[in-house]
Amino acid sequence: MTPRRLILAAPALLLLPPEPARASAEAMAEALRAFTGGAAVTAGRVALEISPLVENGNTVPLSVMVPSPMTQAEHIRAIAVFNERNPQPHVVTARFSRHSGQAMLATNIRLATSQTILAVAAFSDGSFWSDSAQVIVTLAACLEG
Amino acid sequence: MRRVLLLALALQCLPAWAQERRSGFADMARETQAMQRDDAANPAMLWVQEGEAIWSRPAGPEGRSCASCHGAAEATMAGVAARYPAWDEASAAPIDLPGRIAQCREQRQHAPALARESQGLLSLAAFIGLQSRGMPLSPPADGRLQSTRALGEALYRQRRGQLDLSCAQCHDDNAGQRLAGSTIPQAHPTAYPLYRLEWQALGSLQRRLRGCMTGVRAEPFDYGAAEFIAIEAWLAERAAGMAVETPGVRP
Amino acid sequence: MARVLINIPRNIRAGETFAIRTLIQHGMESGYRPDGAGGVLARDIITSFTASFDGEEVFAVDLSPAVAANPFITFTLRLQGSGTLRLRWRGDDGFDQSEIRQITVT
Repeated sequence: MTPRRLILAAPALLLLPPEPARASAEAMAEALRAFTGGAAVTAGRVALEISPLVENGNTVPLSVMVPSPMTQAEHIRAIAVFNERNPQPHVVTARFSRHSGQAMLATNIRLATSQTILAVAAFSDGSFWSDSAQVIVTLAACLEG
Repeated sequence: MRRVLLLALALQCLPAWAQERRSGFADMARETQAMQRDDAANPAMLWVQEGEAIWSRPAGPEGRSCASCHGAAEATMAGVAARYPAWDEASAAPIDLPGRIAQCREQRQHAPALARESQGLLSLAAFIGLQSRGMPLSPPADGRLQSTRALGEALYRQRRGQLDLSCAQCHDDNAGQRLAGSTIPQAHPTAYPLYRLEWQALGSLQRRLRGCMTGVRAEPFDYGAAEFIAIEAWLAERAAGMAVETPGVRP
Repeated sequence: MARVLINIPRNIRAGETFAIRTLIQHGMESGYRPDGAGGVLARDIITSFTASFDGEEVFAVDLSPAVAANPFITFTLRLQGSGTLRLRWRGDDGFDQSEIRQITVT
């Protein structure tokens, strides 16, 4: 392409929006695979608490709890939380110890839009269990510039 | 039956301040309410902690802290925030709490000015505001504030911006209805400065008012503008008696 | 030094599970916000939070930009005796802050 043609093409190229970084179901699945090492995940035994209707996606309270005696013989090693539609699929990954008492994590997260949240727990016997929630995120009526 | 219907209709036409007054707290989600109630989870308390530190920190050439003159804030600042905006003798003009703090800083501590919406000023306002938490908002019965309140009310009822809306049209006529996904509050100033989830930071009442003005596509008044003090004075009158919630949380 | 609020219950009994609530002042710039000049504001977040008791790690969280500003983290512990709790937040741009608290267990 001659320089002149390239210059003429430039404005058209500038009109193309940049590729938005966006998690997707695939990215979430990929992140999940990295956490579980490809092992099967069964729904159940995990309690993910998050409001189904969120008034502001900037700060969304979330808690995950897995009932467990948390003994050397039987405990939860880690809990990972993933999302489907934020720019990247990770939220938090928590690791527990013999002094944890309970497999519980509470924090505030950000949600870009309405989506599914997935919490996965790694049990000491090598199994993985999960809970998911559908969250509708509303935005503030007037967004500040 | 018809009398009941007429009464109900009449009540609907009353402006917000004559209807039962309702804090924005009541309009928000349970989780956000829980965040405000819990001092260990309310992010605004981080700014309160900062304010508490500034209160005792010497500033200016004489090394005076707020505590040097005012002692323990828990005692001397109790009820103070609830009485603002007030009349300032020195400048013969109405003044809001951040204005008063900045004035003390410059004129009595001779310390570098604290700009509007700076972390230092917000932190001090939050710390001092906390000392009035739970107390009724008590605008001073000072005749000199009358014209300020009248101006504030006029500004509140004036249409502005490309959307040509007044504060009253949303917050008096349509409080409790929905704008996009949010419930329109009655717009009382009882929780300021507050942690707004939208800002992910602590902000002042004037920041919120500027946000609203931008929302109706009007040119917002500058921070510290006389118009803002007047609107704040009107809002305080309108909310008189309601409990101070500072530092609040809002979506 | 970022402002920190740490809430540890007063009367902790040996063998009883209790919750510790923490708040730290940090903007958690996600790295996705536009900067008004066509680019994005650089990511600046806390990436990890760890709790150690008498030198042994007892709880850890890896954080992402999906964690809200001014991170609020609550976790539980079950202890047999008194000791020293160390909470450590680490993140981008060399952010590294530790807070030490004595925990009394009766």
